Amino acid sequence: MPLSYTILVIAIPLLMFLFLGLAGVKMGKKLTGVIGVCAMGVTTVIAYAVALTYFFGTGEQVVDGVRQQLVLNDWTWLKFSDHLVVKLGVLLDPISAMMLIVITTVSFMVHLYSLGYMSDHHGKPEKGFQRYYAFLALFTFSMLGLVVSTNIFQMFIFFEMVGVSSYLLIGFYYTSPAAVHASKKAFIVTRLADLFFLIGIMVLSFYTSTFDFTDLMKNPANALASAQGATFMGCSVMAWALTCIFIGGAGKSAMYPLHIWLPDAMEGPTPVSALIHAATMVVAGVYLIARMFPLYVLEQGAMDIICVVGAFTAFYAAAIACVQSDIKRALAFSTISQIAFMMTSLAVSNADGALIEIHEGYGLGYMASMFHLFTHAMFKALLFLCAGAIIHAVHSNENSDMHGLHKFMPITSIAFLIGCLAIAGIPPFAGFWSKDEILVACYAKGLGWGLWMSMVAGLTAFYMFRIYFLIFFWKKHEVHTEHAPADQPWTMTLPLIILAAISIVAGFVPAGNLVTWDGAALTTHMDWSVAGASVLIALVGIALAFRLYYKENELPEKMKNALPNLWEAAYRRFYMDELYQFITHKVIFQNISKPIAWFDRTVIDGTMNLLGDITNSASYAIRRLQSGSIQWYVFVYLVGVLLIAGVTMVCVLI
Amino acid sequence: MESLGNIILYFVAALSIIVFSVMTVTTKKILRSATYLMFVLLATAVIYFQMDYEFLGAVQIAVYAGGIVVLFVFAIMLTHKPGNDVAPLTLHKKWLGLAAALLGVVLCGYALFSYTKFCGATITSVSALDMNQLGHMLLSTDKLGYLLPFEAISVLLLACIIGGVVIARKR
Amino acid sequence: MYLVPSLVMFGCGVFGFITRKNMIAMLISLELMLNSVDINFVVFNRFLYPEQHEGMFFTLFAIAIAAAETAVAIALIINVYRVVKNVDINQLTKLKF
Repeated sequence: MPLSYTILVIAIPLLMFLFLGLAGVKMGKKLTGVIGVCAMGVTTVIAYAVALTYFFGTGEQVVDGVRQQLVLNDWTWLKFSDHLVVKLGVLLDPISAMMLIVITTVSFMVHLYSLGYMSDHHGKPEKGFQRYYAFLALFTFSMLGLVVSTNIFQMFIFFEMVGVSSYLLIGFYYTSPAAVHASKKAFIVTRLADLFFLIGIMVLSFYTSTFDFTDLMKNPANALASAQGATFMGCSVMAWALTCIFIGGAGKSAMYPLHIWLPDAMEGPTPVSALIHAATMVVAGVYLIARMFPLYVLEQGAMDIICVVGAFTAFYAAAIACVQSDIKRALAFSTISQIAFMMTSLAVSNADGALIEIHEGYGLGYMASMFHLFTHAMFKALLFLCAGAIIHAVHSNENSDMHGLHKFMPITSIAFLIGCLAIAGIPPFAGFWSKDEILVACYAKGLGWGLWMSMVAGLTAFYMFRIYFLIFFWKKHEVHTEHAPADQPWTMTLPLIILAAISIVAGFVPAGNLVTWDGAALTTHMDWSVAGASVLIALVGIALAFRLYYKENELPEKMKNALPNLWEAAYRRFYMDELYQFITHKVIFQNISKPIAWFDRTVIDGTMNLLGDITNSASYAIRRLQSGSIQWYVFVYLVGVLLIAGVTMVCVLI
Repeated sequence: MESLGNIILYFVAALSIIVFSVMTVTTKKILRSATYLMFVLLATAVIYFQMDYEFLGAVQIAVYAGGIVVLFVFAIMLTHKPGNDVAPLTLHKKWLGLAAALLGVVLCGYALFSYTKFCGATITSVSALDMNQLGHMLLSTDKLGYLLPFEAISVLLLACIIGGVVIARKR
Repeated sequence: MYLVPSLVMFGCGVFGFITRKNMIAMLISLELMLNSVDINFVVFNRFLYPEQHEGMFFTLFAIAIAAAETAVAIALIINVYRVVKNVDINQLTKLKF
């Protein structure tokens, strides 16, 4: 099989994790970093080879112009029954090939970038450099394993591994309490979501008696029909299963209301934020839905839920991003918003309520979503790495400490500008093409959806340029450290330049031909009215941001004072964290955990203590019997024997 | 037990057993206690001889009177300074022991004498077991053979030798 | 008739075992008891089943075991004596908690 070397893409990061994790302590920092980067580079090259061969090569993967799903390896791992077998394998289809490119590219950039970024931390030499690289490799491995999963169970395993490596990397600065809290929060929230995922898997596999994606996707209608008639609370169990799986994906992809972990996750090192919380891990949820897409298409209810949640989250996160002062947090909310875009785009795909027949425009949302995933990964990684460079230069996350950096860091500034233009959707940058497809798909679903998403797109342009202007302009930068901030060493600027270049040209990738849900090419045509409208609204947002934030002025302060409550609420993320705090502490802890704890302490522990006490006091009471004097024992024994003998005798004789 | 001599011998042996065993446990000096024990054992051997178990009697004399009592004497020599009396018994303990022992003796004696026919039983003369036969029985594996217990005992004795050496050797 | 001395011997053994404090004296009492039991075996064998020899062999083995047991016990006693300079059973409390 020509593509059988795909397994290397997964194997190399795993080996690197083991190697760097075990032997890294013995090696110097330089060596560790160089080895990590080189290995990642090799992985990237192989992944590109795989993806390009898959997309453009001629071979078994293309049959009649339709790209097939290739199962390259499939090892049986756990056998529950004849039907229910957990396998581990490698699956190659358009989206996984695309994801291979995305992950390895961003991961490679981050590896390279980290050489510079992690060399020192606020002036002090970084501790745990080797650990950092080992975790990066682990993360890359689990994410790659996730995208090539052949079955839903393998996906779940890698889902968990992604969560673990994310936990490890967020808590990288484990001496800071904030990082520890953030990592715990991320872990717990995603774990809660994963519980639903697991329930969904179990329900699904119980009725369809298979885990394999290929089996499920070959005949999705059959899979759904296998649970025909089984209903739960008025809905079919399949809808419940798919919704549960969506909740699992929503946890990873930070959909409202499970988004709370993502902003806090910014406590980790910035390259990690770029890798995990912008480009790869958070799209795992989107990828999951995309992977199960043929099932979702047939389940209108689940799709509606996704659609509503996605649209709401997009707006909600965008609104919060408008007022955040911490640049990484603002970018994090921007990420949430963009991911929600992808979710919505997936969910509007069955606009005509189509059943199994393929419709025109039916797969558009799917394609747009995956396309946006690709472009977003590139420009969001770019933005985060820029933010990392800025933070590294000024040692602060707050934009009030930045202002006017354009003079000092021109390369970073231009790269950031490119990222902003891309995310805002200005042609010809990458974001324009993919976002435009999403908007077209939304308008196809309904005018309301389209208008709503257009508004969010405008907001996106506004808040991104707000950040940009606040960082690089607004007023002259006050240099209060000994050395003025400057562009960073080449290890850090080179990834910026590469990613900026990709962000410019990525939009011209013929995604419609490559990434479609059924593998057949999809002809897309520019809907210029939609495109024009979206560009217009983006320009309006940019202009507004320019007016407000380009030069220091009173206007933002006035707006803030005009609606202080709204501003405050948005700044505090609409009190979601407080709400969670209230629910967990006041409601769950107070009303459920407390009584359980009481029961545990008094009833269960009490019973055990009582047993112990009884034994204790009983043995204390009879301790005299156990004197250790053998003569006494013999005497007692003898008396006993004589008594028995006497009684027997009396009984026999009388 | 037909001849008068036998009867007299029996009474002598029985009386010496009774008297010496009482003295064994009541004497103040431990060395004397061991000596009385030897007399008891010898008297027991006499009884075995009287019952035509010559081999058993010989073993009794050789092992018990010859081996064990010597062992006792050595042990006493090692652990006691000569002339030291045994500490006098506490009174209540003495009564306790006496009561228990007497109770037992009375009970068993009652049981014994309630079977009066047994008291008057006489030895039916059978051909005594000669040494040849006995040796064959000890080392044969057929129905009446005792090879297995014999071997078990030999292993046990070996273990005891090793154990005794290990325990008692100077460290 | 033969059982009477055995009975008295056993009683003496019990009395001695319970009352004496010296470990060697206790061991001597133990030997008394064992011996009386031996006599019993032989007597029962002789009077009830004169054609068979189980009791006699049993006694033979019992004597062997008694010898072994005595040897080990005396080894122990001597060892104890080395440690606590005493053979009094009541003084032997070192292993008590």
